Amino acid sequence: MTFQDAPDSKIPVPRGPLPVVPPPRPRRAVELTIDGQSVAVPEGATLLEAARQIGIDTPTLCFLENLTPVNVCRICVVEVEGSRTLVPACSRKAEPGMVVHTDSERVRLSRRMVLELLGSSVDLSTAPQIPGYMERYDAHPERFGPPAPPARDHERDLARPGHHHPPHDGHAATVGQPVKVDNELYVRDYSKCILCYKCVEACGTDAQNTFAIALAGRGFEARISTEYDVPLPDSACVYCGNCIGVCPTGALMFKSEFDLRQAEAWDESRQTATDTICPYCGVGCTLTVHVQDEKIVKATSPIDHDVTRGHLCIKGRFGWEWVNRRE
Amino acid sequence: MDLHFTAHEPDPEEMEAVDRRLAGLPLNGHRRQYLLPVLHAIQDRKGWISPGALNYACQRLDVPPAEAFGVADFYALFQTRPHPPVTVHVCDDIACHARGAEALCAEVETALGPAGESRDGHATWHRSPCLGLCERAPAALVVASGDPPRDQALAPATSGDILSAAVGVPIPQPDLATSVPQTGEPGLKLLARVGRIDPTSLDDYRAAGGFLALRRAFEMGPAAVVREVVDSKLVGRGGAAFPTGVKWQGARSATLPRYLVCNADESEPGTFKDRVLMENDPFALIEAMTIAGFATGCEKGYLYLRGEYPLALARIENALQRCRERGFLGDDILGDGVRFDIELRRGAGAYICGEETALMNSLEGRRGEPRNKPPFPTEAGLFGAPTVINNVETLVNVLPIVIEGGKAFAAIGTERSTGPKLFCVSGHVKRPGVYEAPFGITLGELIDLAGGFDGSGRIQAILLGGAAGAFVTPDHLDAPLTFEGTRAIGATLGSAVVMPFDDTVDLRQILRRIAQFFRDESCGQCVPCRVGTVRQEELLHRLATDRPLGSVAAEVALLKELGQAMRDASICGLGQTASGAIESALARLPIYQEKTL
Amino acid sequence: MEETDLVILWGSNAREAHPIFFHHVLKAIHRGARLYAVDPRKTTSAQWAVSGTGHLPLHVGTDIPLANAIAREILAAGLENRSFIENATSGFDDFRRSVEPWTLERAELVTGVPAAQIRELAHAYARADRAVLCWTLGITEHHNAVDNVRALINLSLLTGHVGRYGSGVCPLRGQNNVQGGGDMGALPDRLPGFQHVENDALRAKFERAWGVTIPPKGGWHLSGMFEAMEHGEMTALYVIGENPANSEADQHRTMRLLGGLDTLVVQDMLFTATAELAHVVLPAAAGWCESEGTVTNSERRVQRVRRALPPPAGVRDDVEILCDLARRMGRDLGNPTAEELWNELRTVSPPHAGMSYARLEAEDGLQWPCYDESHPGELYLHGRLWERPVVGPRAPFKAVEHDPPVDELTDEFPIRLTTGRHLDSYNTGVQTGLYASPLRRKAGIDLHPEDGWRLGVAEGDPVRVISRRGSVVAPVRFDPGLRPGLAFMTLHFPDQVATNELTIDAVDPDSGTSEFKATAVRIEPMRPDGTDARLAGRQETHGSALHRPRA
Repeated sequence: MTFQDAPDSKIPVPRGPLPVVPPPRPRRAVELTIDGQSVAVPEGATLLEAARQIGIDTPTLCFLENLTPVNVCRICVVEVEGSRTLVPACSRKAEPGMVVHTDSERVRLSRRMVLELLGSSVDLSTAPQIPGYMERYDAHPERFGPPAPPARDHERDLARPGHHHPPHDGHAATVGQPVKVDNELYVRDYSKCILCYKCVEACGTDAQNTFAIALAGRGFEARISTEYDVPLPDSACVYCGNCIGVCPTGALMFKSEFDLRQAEAWDESRQTATDTICPYCGVGCTLTVHVQDEKIVKATSPIDHDVTRGHLCIKGRFGWEWVNRRE
Repeated sequence: MDLHFTAHEPDPEEMEAVDRRLAGLPLNGHRRQYLLPVLHAIQDRKGWISPGALNYACQRLDVPPAEAFGVADFYALFQTRPHPPVTVHVCDDIACHARGAEALCAEVETALGPAGESRDGHATWHRSPCLGLCERAPAALVVASGDPPRDQALAPATSGDILSAAVGVPIPQPDLATSVPQTGEPGLKLLARVGRIDPTSLDDYRAAGGFLALRRAFEMGPAAVVREVVDSKLVGRGGAAFPTGVKWQGARSATLPRYLVCNADESEPGTFKDRVLMENDPFALIEAMTIAGFATGCEKGYLYLRGEYPLALARIENALQRCRERGFLGDDILGDGVRFDIELRRGAGAYICGEETALMNSLEGRRGEPRNKPPFPTEAGLFGAPTVINNVETLVNVLPIVIEGGKAFAAIGTERSTGPKLFCVSGHVKRPGVYEAPFGITLGELIDLAGGFDGSGRIQAILLGGAAGAFVTPDHLDAPLTFEGTRAIGATLGSAVVMPFDDTVDLRQILRRIAQFFRDESCGQCVPCRVGTVRQEELLHRLATDRPLGSVAAEVALLKELGQAMRDASICGLGQTASGAIESALARLPIYQEKTL
Repeated sequence: MEETDLVILWGSNAREAHPIFFHHVLKAIHRGARLYAVDPRKTTSAQWAVSGTGHLPLHVGTDIPLANAIAREILAAGLENRSFIENATSGFDDFRRSVEPWTLERAELVTGVPAAQIRELAHAYARADRAVLCWTLGITEHHNAVDNVRALINLSLLTGHVGRYGSGVCPLRGQNNVQGGGDMGALPDRLPGFQHVENDALRAKFERAWGVTIPPKGGWHLSGMFEAMEHGEMTALYVIGENPANSEADQHRTMRLLGGLDTLVVQDMLFTATAELAHVVLPAAAGWCESEGTVTNSERRVQRVRRALPPPAGVRDDVEILCDLARRMGRDLGNPTAEELWNELRTVSPPHAGMSYARLEAEDGLQWPCYDESHPGELYLHGRLWERPVVGPRAPFKAVEHDPPVDELTDEFPIRLTTGRHLDSYNTGVQTGLYASPLRRKAGIDLHPEDGWRLGVAEGDPVRVISRRGSVVAPVRFDPGLRPGLAFMTLHFPDQVATNELTIDAVDPDSGTSEFKATAVRIEPMRPDGTDARLAGRQETHGSALHRPRA
């Protein structure tokens, strides 16, 4: 406490020096060329950061500022002169003298193909970024044929690595399957999963460190799963909902949102989002409270808030139900 | 960690299997690395990995169960659902396909029932990708759990032998000369001891010149050994053809600790040379690894062996034991104060683990998902430490380099492809097998060495370099087999697979099998490969069944785009090469014709 | 926090009680920092501590012996920060003498923590370049809470782990505005900004600003109020946003006293057990989502709360209710907005002076002190102690002596019952009882399996838990993270199991906090046929009784 106990002391105590944060290690500047423009970034910066610095918008799906880049979706690939293959902008560090092209034919083809491959295999209907990307890269997922019928419940969870059913005549295989609803807080619709690994990272060392879910299976049958596909209430899940917070496609969704969507009552145009502070402990997490028709429909946290970095616990994420009991 | 476990409990056998495997191991630091060995122990004992057993393994190793399940569920040799104790893996990959695999599968199906099912609860069977026994195709692997477990590779396999092996009858295997027709010929450098010594005897190995290279290396000192390797211009034999000397030089200046890894996860379809070396000259690999460890300053080596090689496993295990007993491994090798030892690790059925960074993840007890490069293993490899990783054949080449000198070695072969080379010849040739020849031998000369074409004699295509390689035609018989020579004909040497197909083989089925292979073996991490290999297989299926979307030309164009994206945007070599052989076939061979009405 | 080298969580299960704070601890751990957890239970937090030695399982209520032994070991090994002590502290010699008797061996005997572990923590803490020491209610819910805190502060002064980036001490607050409430003067003897009401000059400043006369003596804290009720000195009580009927120790007594009041007014957002006793209930808006204002977190960060939705019909903002009440009582305070009230506060509380609403918005909150609009707020406190010579008064060591829990363990009451939180629930459960948490466990009593075996009960069996004050029936759950002789309950489900019928109201004279953490109990298995009427009646009721009060 800066304040003295005794009633007669000077209040407050004399001002001390301002606290100092040790300066970060100085970083060299790295100069490179992106789309003909030269740009200087601090050593260690990624090509994505470098491109953003000069206003080049790079599409991303598996990248999020509060998670370690896994560079698996490959939509952010760019061409680096002298490199045999394209490189992921989200994780490739800028090097001195690099010459980078972010919109070459090769880049556009790969980005378009990533979108078509995802679009032909995954339900992207609740992925907010996708329509814009599809248009920008003129992607036509239907080129690979009509979608094959969805899998039965748990069928994909039982797939064996290294084995698959022969192709469904003339149809494009998808990850379609029934929604997993095993608790009252959130649902998992893996028909919408692009396997970006974000939920696994948020459940793991990047935030929650609970490790309730991981990648299981292999290849096209790879999937996010608990051990032996046990329902969430039997798993290690602590319902922090940080996986929902980072999911880019709506595969992981608040049950409240899911139910409203099922009833065709979800309407973002009628929603407000208000930042406030979670009441449940003294840490001071910013809660963004989403309200539709005077009811809280979900709670999130801003990714750039330095207390939460976008992450919450079960109480903050879901503990608002009582407010909706209006009688 | 505050781990959470389901209520499933292990049974006493499972606990004993785990405890026995972990006995005496230092369970601190990187203890997760023992996950794969422990999963093997459970699988070997019980035939599948039950939830209770997994929980127990996780408690012992402090690994979250969801992650451990994800690891177990990644590998084809692990069963994560109740499974009969005996599993027969019948190879239906391209080399075996050309040698009657389909007929064998049909017979096994008649005897055991549909694949994956079990009539008697005792045995079941699965189709398998290449088992690395192509020279004796068709092949099968019988795996029986128990204490001890019994694994037997059969080639050539008959349904009768398979059923006998499934009930525990040992089946004698053909003479080594079947696999190495050059056995005993003079002038061989890599195969010199193969077939001439008892591969289980350290004394035999020493009598045949074994460990002379190690003594010589200790006399020379690490820097001089590396210099000889640089002078030899040896490049990696695993497929990427990176200069070994450069890799070693880089390692010498890296931070400590560093690790040496031998990539013995040979699983490129059509490839079996490393298996033959390890089965028949295991001490040579250990000697070579010890020299590599000495030269690069690594005190610990890992040998990651393909899970489907039971004989190589037994031979290497024995050789390691003999070497430790006799001071050729340990804290004071040859009394020279050099410290080096090797841990043998078994893969579990995943082609992708032949990719160096996937292999390191697998060693660490993680899913075999390749890492993004950079950083390269020499900077941040196993456990994040600088790591030298070399293929089996590459390492074995170090022995003649140390004995004869780098310059002498460089004089063999061509200017840019130096030294002797092992080739895996299978398919329609008269004498399939591993052949040693200097770089520069032509394709035609090699086929002559293997007794010439077999089958109908009318060869429509020759696969070079494996499933990740390319098809050439009999027009290319004059091409020299070197890195540069194969590149010049739009192919790749890859893992030195040479596999001719005669005109009785339906190449459309071969291409589909290759596409199926990549779809099955994709780790699933990146979109271009995970979905791209599915779309490629679907497309070839449509072409093979004459039901193209639009026209054949449109399908071929789509395949090209797909191939381009996989090549450009995949994380690792698997996705980058998954369309190579198929595209080469489409470009060179008249396989798919537009139907005209 | 993320850049510190060593973290001590003392009497704190942050993994469950402060999960997002614990994320930052985990970042530090992944970076290589070491965690030590001092806790009678092997909590989920303790499971992240240094493998094998990082969890120090002390007997409940032996924090001071442990702290003193750590101090003695640091001194014995010559690891104290001499120059810091000489420059910035006072009372060191008395302190040194006071810890002298606390050898490792004696401490092991009293605390139950092996001497080697005490030694390891002492050395690790003293040698760490940066170290943070955090505590929660495991320290403060004791009859000698303030002494417990002082014992920990002594350690930070001894090692100089205070007032530097990455080094410090921190109480982790249990609610979003515990800190802010105190800052705003919701303490019996303080005006806003911690200005003492008995300081004439300070009081005069407020009297001038507010145009009123302020009583010149400090008032009662919560436990003092109940004392006063007992003696008939207090007959009317106005409760705002608190549920003492469930949350106070020794519930029998609490209910008796609350029931005997002439006037009980409850202003709350939910119809709590306390509201059921009230003569007047004033339905109030939820502070965190139905009204505007600020709260202050454990790092002194003042943050804005905002109205995300309007309160239900008839439910009003706290400020509105208070102003209306004032009007009825003859004083018109107008209809101030939250921002107007805040700006008034800034004129009388120097450490808040620089925090305009505009800045709080733009800068994502500010940490006090923030003396003027150009002041950035302070990331950590006490940096002045490192100035030479020290700026302001020296930081005092305070010799503190062991004083075991009031509720003694005897043959009749041999089990030590302690209390705490579960991850998904909050305090008396009035808010968190209403969402469908899959993690929720029925209220019960956690025992070590060995105690269960001795009692002859299986998991799920009901037992009667009896203290010197009352008894409850609760089902048993086994937790190997406890030790034999130690039991654990939460306060989350008072409708199912009224834990506070057991707890003792032994109170710290300075903080007024009761000793919730140390109750002596006896546990009796239920007769095989004896289905207890109280249990049967209550088991299924949780959550359903609570509804928002109507106007």
